Amino acid sequence: MAKVTTERDLRLDLFRGIALWLIFLDHIPSNAVSWITIRNYGFSDATEIFVFISGYTAAFVYGRAMREHGFIVASARVLKRAWQIYVAHVFLFAIYLAEIAYVAHSFSNPLYSEEMGVLDFLKSPDVTIVQALLLKFKPVNMDVLPLYIVLLFWFPPVLWLLLRAPSIALASSAVLYALMWQFEWNIPAYPQGEWLFNPFAWQLLFVFGAWCALGGAQRLSRWVTSRVTIGLAFAYLLFAFFIAMTWYIPRLAVFVPKFVGDAIYPIDKTNLDVLRIIHFLSLAVITVWFVPRDWPVLKSRFFWPAIVCGQHSLETFCLGVFLAFAGHFVFTEVSNRLLTQVIVSVTGIVIMVAAAAMVSWYRRIERQGPGPRPPSIKPGYAGGDA
Amino acid sequence: MRGRVLLSLALLALAGPAWAEQPAECSIAAQQIEHDFPLPQVTRALAAKRLDILVLGAGSSLLPGPNGAKNAYPARLQLALADKLPGVAVKVTTDVQARRTAAEMVKTLGPALAAAKPALMVWQTGTVDAMKSIDTDQFSAALDHGIAIARSVSADVVLINAQYSPRTESMIALGIYAENMRWVALQQEVPLFDRFSIMKLWADLGTFDLYSATKKLDIAERVHDCIGRLLADLVIEAAKPDEPHAESGR
Repeated sequence: MAKVTTERDLRLDLFRGIALWLIFLDHIPSNAVSWITIRNYGFSDATEIFVFISGYTAAFVYGRAMREHGFIVASARVLKRAWQIYVAHVFLFAIYLAEIAYVAHSFSNPLYSEEMGVLDFLKSPDVTIVQALLLKFKPVNMDVLPLYIVLLFWFPPVLWLLLRAPSIALASSAVLYALMWQFEWNIPAYPQGEWLFNPFAWQLLFVFGAWCALGGAQRLSRWVTSRVTIGLAFAYLLFAFFIAMTWYIPRLAVFVPKFVGDAIYPIDKTNLDVLRIIHFLSLAVITVWFVPRDWPVLKSRFFWPAIVCGQHSLETFCLGVFLAFAGHFVFTEVSNRLLTQVIVSVTGIVIMVAAAAMVSWYRRIERQGPGPRPPSIKPGYAGGDA
Repeated sequence: MRGRVLLSLALLALAGPAWAEQPAECSIAAQQIEHDFPLPQVTRALAAKRLDILVLGAGSSLLPGPNGAKNAYPARLQLALADKLPGVAVKVTTDVQARRTAAEMVKTLGPALAAAKPALMVWQTGTVDAMKSIDTDQFSAALDHGIAIARSVSADVVLINAQYSPRTESMIALGIYAENMRWVALQQEVPLFDRFSIMKLWADLGTFDLYSATKKLDIAERVHDCIGRLLADLVIEAAKPDEPHAESGR
């Protein structure tokens, strides 16, 4: 069986927390503050960070459960988690429906007759709601949770294999990724099209995260800390940065040779383009190099807001999606001046931190309180969710 | 210049005082126009004093109502070009139909091009593909295909991206389609008329109120008029024969 470190790596919580903030900022349409997010400066974005770390923490938490309590108990916990995420997704969908119905009856403009067609699905709410419950109808920005649900649903057998033969598990995941590219597998969506985040593709990052958690990271550490790797990672990040700049300054495009353009475009987010994976891995290499695991500042108050969000990622993510709706509502109904955008963005993050802190506090009193109820969560799970 | 004054006066006479400050409204967004790629066929057509343009588009190239065709941006483009290119016979024909994806437009593109024989195809697309969540690979492939068809009959291409529509922004994921369009434009060396950024700038500066609910056409008509004018600027700038273009060393 693979050796696993027992202490939770705070860097994971930190960067998952930051990823959740970036996802929130990116989800508010036309938000000037989203210029700070990483997707504008390279190929990958916060989704990669979120999926990788989610895989890592899922393996960390449920891997221990599987070793201590067996396959059945751990599987039950994983599926319970998947169910929680499903309920959260349906809750967000209800809020989305309310928002869209409001726009449908309060807004009309001859300039936008084409765009208003997006509200047509309200004419058959029965079909729409059933398709949403089947995870086939997914409104804008509500694609990550369905991906997470599917990944967790298949996680018990993957985890079982990861604990016994980690290399085979990772190789199978890579083969599935390759087969997906070869045969263009994806899950159909409603009313047409396919899933925006193809689970056959994104599982690779999730399984890779899980593999790292179960001893893979130690095995890689010699490679990750080598100067050659760090140099290559820097070079690749610079290359991606330059390419990203040509999107905003087309004049720079002359410096990109034609064969490079032919090779890289389009950069496929749905199927997790290899360019995106390499970009994420380069970011990870540089991050690990800059931020050592035992860096004392990680335990300081300075990083606490991001870490607490990362530890309660489901709650924070859902709240972020809701706050992005609300933020856009403020832009359209109240004001969309730059100052408002900054205030909305900062307020949103403060609310996310406050909510995560409250969840954290509530978990603590549930565990420790001398009340009549027994603690519902086993202590020793090192604070935080999968 | 005199032509523009006359045109303004004519518009003033037609539509009342609201039109008086028209060019200033439009030109606020002039810095958003990028013309990094040449339009050699248009340059040739201008030399021959005859410019035929085909506008290929979906619902956001249309305006409703009896005067819709006259006030939508394709007709305004023709007017602006005719005004700025004295002595050139400018003719804009349209192949415009609501709710069409890029791939659907490409299907009937051959006959439309054969009928119009344009030196330039102005192609507005992206919104419907985003609304229907068309696979972005297929979207990019349709763009590439359409551009190839146009080039095969010696027509230049200008792409127009989606409108900025603040109310529906959180419901239509335009971003990924806009990105793919930009990539196709860069790769194919085709000018991209960034309608989204232009309209966003107007909304941010308060030039046009794109937020309010209305059944009236006045703002929609002014927006289309400005788009027609700015598009004319782009076409003329990109087709200038003497201006050295950035990618000429390629």
